[in-house]
Amino acid sequence: MQQFIFSFLIGGAICVIGQLLMDVFKLTPAHMTVTLVVGGAVLGGLGIYEPLIQFAGAGASVPISSFGNALVKGALGEAERTGLVGVLTGIFEVTSAGISAAIIFAFLAALIFKPKG
Amino acid sequence: MSSNAQKKLTPAQLEYQAFVKKREPKRPVLKNCLRAFLVGGIICTIGQVFQWFYMTYFDFTETSASNPTVATMIIIAVILTALGVYDHIAQFGGGGSIVPVTGFANTLASAALDHRSEGFVLGVGGNMFKIAGPVITFGVFAAFVIGLIAVVLRGLGGS
Repeated sequence: MQQFIFSFLIGGAICVIGQLLMDVFKLTPAHMTVTLVVGGAVLGGLGIYEPLIQFAGAGASVPISSFGNALVKGALGEAERTGLVGVLTGIFEVTSAGISAAIIFAFLAALIFKPKG
Repeated sequence: MSSNAQKKLTPAQLEYQAFVKKREPKRPVLKNCLRAFLVGGIICTIGQVFQWFYMTYFDFTETSASNPTVATMIIIAVILTALGVYDHIAQFGGGGSIVPVTGFANTLASAALDHRSEGFVLGVGGNMFKIAGPVITFGVFAAFVIGLIAVVLRGLGGS
């Protein structure tokens, strides 16, 4: 039960950061998501994001910042096994499920549905 | 930037700018933040339910479960986008619906749907990443730079 509360609080807090970036710093949604992704990547590189996921579960892994973290995690994990080239080959290792699912299902949706106003 | 542009304006224009600024509706920051917190929190809690499901019924750990969780959330978001429901959530939730990975899936699916009329190769295939592209581009580049730095630092550490 506690996990659900923490994921609500942390997930909500990350979304508030995004909202503040848009409202107070006047960023467009695209700039805001890019900022969060790069922020997540930096936190992932510093090794801070992984404990956050352990603590908040989906509250940390569902926001887009975890995408940046997952990219770094994939790159570093593969680099550990195969050396410097691993940074290139490993980047999409962890995020493959998310990106593949998004592409496949978005394409299927475009095949089946007509745009709704 | 704005002070630079102001220098070139005539007094009348400056006056008008001040006038516009006064009339401009104030962004309800607090209300927006509350809504973002609520919607974002609920989306993440739904994600947590899936994560719990994957951890209890399949053999995933806390960290490895986030992978299928994110995929599930993306599938749901794509379906909601295709049905036109996600737009309503986004209107209410603002940042709360953009920041979660569901917002990323929403931009992909809505771009794919919107450009369907231009054909499947050039329309759907070419425009799918129009809005979601920056996230991937900057995410990958940031990950590449951070990965390089980490590898070099580790190499210097002599491990």
